[in-house]
Amino acid sequence: MILDDKLGRDADAFYNALMDTHEGLDETESHALNARLVLIFANEIGDLDRLKTLLTTARQNTTS
Amino acid sequence: MAYDYAPFPYTPPPGLTQPEPRHRVVIVGAGPIGLAMAIDLAQQGIASVVLDDNNVVSVGSRAICWAKRTLEIFDRLGVGERMLAKGVTWKVGRNFHHNEQVYAFDLLPEPGHKYPAFINLQQYYVEQYLAERAQDFPDLIDLRFLNKVTDHADHGDHVTLDITTPDGNYTLEADYYLACDGAGSATRTRMDLPFKGQTFEEHFLIVDVEMETSPFGNHDTPERWFWFNPPFHNGQSALLHKQPDNIYRIDLQLGPDTDPQIEATEAKVIPRIKAIVGDTPFRLDWMSVYKFRCAKLDRFVHNRVIFVGDSAHVVSPFGARGGNGGIQDLDNLGWKLAAVLQGKAAQSLLETYNTERVHGSAENILNSSRATNFMTPKSPIEALFRDQVLDLAADHPFARKLINSGRLSQPCTLAESPLQTPGDAPVPPGTPLLDAPILDAQGPAWLLSKAQGSFTLLTAGPAYLPDIAGIARIGINQSNDYPCYRSEDGHVETRYGTDKIYLLRPDGHVCAVFDTPDPTAIIAARDRALGATL
Repeated sequence: MILDDKLGRDADAFYNALMDTHEGLDETESHALNARLVLIFANEIGDLDRLKTLLTTARQNTTS
Repeated sequence: MAYDYAPFPYTPPPGLTQPEPRHRVVIVGAGPIGLAMAIDLAQQGIASVVLDDNNVVSVGSRAICWAKRTLEIFDRLGVGERMLAKGVTWKVGRNFHHNEQVYAFDLLPEPGHKYPAFINLQQYYVEQYLAERAQDFPDLIDLRFLNKVTDHADHGDHVTLDITTPDGNYTLEADYYLACDGAGSATRTRMDLPFKGQTFEEHFLIVDVEMETSPFGNHDTPERWFWFNPPFHNGQSALLHKQPDNIYRIDLQLGPDTDPQIEATEAKVIPRIKAIVGDTPFRLDWMSVYKFRCAKLDRFVHNRVIFVGDSAHVVSPFGARGGNGGIQDLDNLGWKLAAVLQGKAAQSLLETYNTERVHGSAENILNSSRATNFMTPKSPIEALFRDQVLDLAADHPFARKLINSGRLSQPCTLAESPLQTPGDAPVPPGTPLLDAPILDAQGPAWLLSKAQGSFTLLTAGPAYLPDIAGIARIGINQSNDYPCYRSEDGHVETRYGTDKIYLLRPDGHVCAVFDTPDPTAIIAARDRALGATL
């Protein structure tokens, strides 16, 4: 699974907005925010096959 | 070989012995911005006095990356070719994570441009070449070194300055005061103007080393190499550039808790350099430890006092948007101030320097802040995201686009500015002209070098361009009673199309496009660009 760029010129703006969303949270709060984000994004994608592929892809990059 | 910092001559200014007549323009600061500003005005017949409290070029290489658009402006000022000949040309950047390349970008992937994406050239050469060029205008540029401005006052229709020299004090009057006095602008401090923005807590070490063996290894083309967590500088970032004279620029992130006094010593720096270049002999040429700020004035125009360059805005260096942004400032201001002083435009035209360049500097600050934020995570969660982006980038193109080691200087679009007449074309209003190779009577030439410096009509189509006072004409692949050139390899037609007529401002930006050569519409667009509808 190779994930191509879909953000285009908005990549930097998205990344910055994501960092801003975490601004001022401690680590526990940030992990909770990330969990909520995963669930919200999953609902937005709304396609189980696609989601399973993305879950596998993210797991493959785990450095452990 | 170390650069020879030869002092510029000081001569006692006439104002020491008798009052000087009011000058049109006084430029405070003889750095790259002040000198280029004086040359731009001189080329339009406007005299200026340039005051500087020092008498040598800037010590240390400082601004080294000069972008394509800057070089195109330097071309108009008569110094572009000299800078290109001396500078190190590059266009490819490579980002590494540990020792692995994760992303490479080519900043100018197409042929047919006089100037490359970037050259690296030490600021002291840029200042030297500009100072020498300024001496081509002995009647229009009055360079006064060791003349320190101690106070100034705006009297509504002119400004007075108090100046101190080795031989005593004097005063000057000028219609306009251009503050080109840099990031620590004393003019800004005297006027108590807020300089708002973000300070980054990280310290960075900047070192220039001279060495015969290239640290780029067998790579024969100089590039921009950036490392996240390199093996030679664990947990931090590093940046490598080549400059002329076998001098290499190495930037090392040091973290927030380092002591700049201790870090900027040979005992600390030499082991860091050896970790990168190994046992290869090298000479330390210059080093500096500092923190970065992204900040700007709310307004660059304060009646008769106008801020240009770093005095108006500062950015972190990742993206090369400091010096390049400043050169775009003066490119924008020069023709407008000349038009106002020559009675061709109302003073309100200068307000569009404010809006257009406040817009440009805001874009530069946004880009350099984002890059610095990516490179220097402020919290464990920011570090976590950054590291996961770098890990994902090995396999996934989307993550490579998120890696931000600096988005390198590009001119902003001025499409929203009221000076441009809205329109649709391959090179739309608000963008700088695109260069292309042409043939003139002497042989190969460049469109860029023909089309800047005055209002200019340009077409690569069949239309006959009308003769309008004050507007130059350039026809491509035509034979008419105005300058006409052949396009080489079809680049002009590809870039501009053959069914449009372009009107360029003196700073080379498209300000209107036409389907037919209607003189009434062309004159209206030119007048609009001079502020007639403001």
